[in-house]
Amino acid sequence: MDTVKDKVRTFIVDNFLFGDKSYPLADTASLIENDIIDSTAVLELVAFIEDDFGIAMVDSDVVPANLDSIERLSSFISARAKALAA
Amino acid sequence: MRIEHFLAAKAAAHPAKTALITKDKRLRYEELDDLSSRLAAALFANGVRRNDRVLIFMDNCWEAAVSILAVLKAGATFSPINSSTKADKLAYIIGDCDAAAILTQAKLMPVAAEACGSSGKTGIFVASTIGADNQCPAGATSLADCLTFEARETDHRGIDIDLAMLIYTSGSTGRPKGVMMTHRNCDAAADSITTYLCNSPDDVILNVLPLAFDYGLYQLLMAVRLGATLVLEKSFAFPQAIFERIREEGVTGLPLVPTMAAMILQMRDLTPGFLPSLRYISNTAAALPQAHIERLRFLFPGVRLYSMYGLTECKRCTYLPPEELDRRPGSVGIAIPNTEAFVVDDHGQLVPPGVAGELVIRGPHVMQGYWRNEAATERTLRPGPNPWEKVLYTGDLFSTDEDGFLYFVGRKDDIIKTRGEKVAPKEVEAVLHAHPGIAEAVVVGVPDPVLGHAIGALVIRSDPTLSEKDVMRHCARHLEDFMVPKVIEFRSELPKTDTGKVSRRLAAEMMEAAQ
Repeated sequence: MDTVKDKVRTFIVDNFLFGDKSYPLADTASLIENDIIDSTAVLELVAFIEDDFGIAMVDSDVVPANLDSIERLSSFISARAKALAA
Repeated sequence: MRIEHFLAAKAAAHPAKTALITKDKRLRYEELDDLSSRLAAALFANGVRRNDRVLIFMDNCWEAAVSILAVLKAGATFSPINSSTKADKLAYIIGDCDAAAILTQAKLMPVAAEACGSSGKTGIFVASTIGADNQCPAGATSLADCLTFEARETDHRGIDIDLAMLIYTSGSTGRPKGVMMTHRNCDAAADSITTYLCNSPDDVILNVLPLAFDYGLYQLLMAVRLGATLVLEKSFAFPQAIFERIREEGVTGLPLVPTMAAMILQMRDLTPGFLPSLRYISNTAAALPQAHIERLRFLFPGVRLYSMYGLTECKRCTYLPPEELDRRPGSVGIAIPNTEAFVVDDHGQLVPPGVAGELVIRGPHVMQGYWRNEAATERTLRPGPNPWEKVLYTGDLFSTDEDGFLYFVGRKDDIIKTRGEKVAPKEVEAVLHAHPGIAEAVVVGVPDPVLGHAIGALVIRSDPTLSEKDVMRHCARHLEDFMVPKVIEFRSELPKTDTGKVSRRLAAEMMEAAQ
């Protein structure tokens, strides 16, 4: 089974790199600083987290600390999913 | 007056005042003045002379602001280039303006180096920031080293009718055109805009728009001219983070494009008055929908909301005084101070209220023409009411109400406005046609609630295995981010007119119906 990190990476590569797997995207690299995502991409990320993981996000969740790298996205999703399951 | 003289004057009067704030740097006026003088000296030492063109290929970092002012201090002309520009287009611009130098960032150096190579031009001075590895990229001089030059004035003898900047804008032919703006043009535009926005040196303006986009660039020029403070951010992707900056820095002015407004309005937990320091919000690039205006006014009570309209060729054309917003919500207002705006028919005659015609602009902010493109200049700058002048034909259709307030009707050409940026369909089509798996393609704007219009493409593939993602990836490698199609539909044929030409209008109707 795919881990959360795999799913996040697949989503980002498919949607923002248009499937370009050759791009060297480190787990900790900032998606904004590396011009991977723009404003509308963040809205797509939010929809992805809500739809695929059933996590309801409030405005204050949509911040770089939660969403601005594969690592941060995975940690945020995992923590929320755990809280949901508890 | 030349733009850089404003900086020197403000630095002398208020040396300790904060001029610029970015994520990793705060610069006082004396520091901004000093750093830009140092870089100007380095540019001069490396061969940059009066009226030479210098490309600034950077995102919204403090080095970009210093670079812009340094180029002017060296007596040269800067051309700001969007950081998502790809090598082919950059090479075209290098060749078109015969660039003497490029100032860039380490992360963009591979693109800059490839473009320099394929432009065929040699002897370009390239300076770059250092990379994550603390190294200056090969082929570039370290920008940090440039900033160690002694800050002394370059005796370039430039005057204010010299070119300050060359801004490349999408042309309907698919090739970008360099809009020539003198210092006097910039000064006139900045003076007019800061007058109606009632700006003062106490203003703190937050800019997330690219400095390569004239709306973003002018936030810097106007802040320096006023002696105000500019907070420079790279992106509006995380509105909450920007709101936090607004609170921390006591921001008073927030320039928006409709996409940013749409993002604010998608947020769920905002309460009216949540950003109490804001004095005004401005919007340009495209009109805000009525519902968005109402919601913004609800969320920002007491904040003056300016609807504006402009084009790079004169920076700004019109603004709607905020007190008129209730009465004429769909209007982009009247000519900005010390300029004129009127609507004419195909023979250049004024049309009565309610009749659509082309908007014509007259004033000291009108460009000098397109760089080395006389044919395009003649089409756009035409004889005006007086024998000694030229006026600007905007290519935009407008009408007026009985009181002379202007309403946008549509474009005369095919240009698409997406996310506030202009995109020539031909430029995207040229990239699509270059793909070996694509037989034919037509590009149109598809209405989108956030982007205004999204770029859509109808494609006939010659390679049946080609996927939508393949097409998008190909486009992303050759076009700026905002030009990459968001919607792709494969067809067996493209809609044609009776004469057999591909019809963009029919294609747009087909794509809109399919969405």
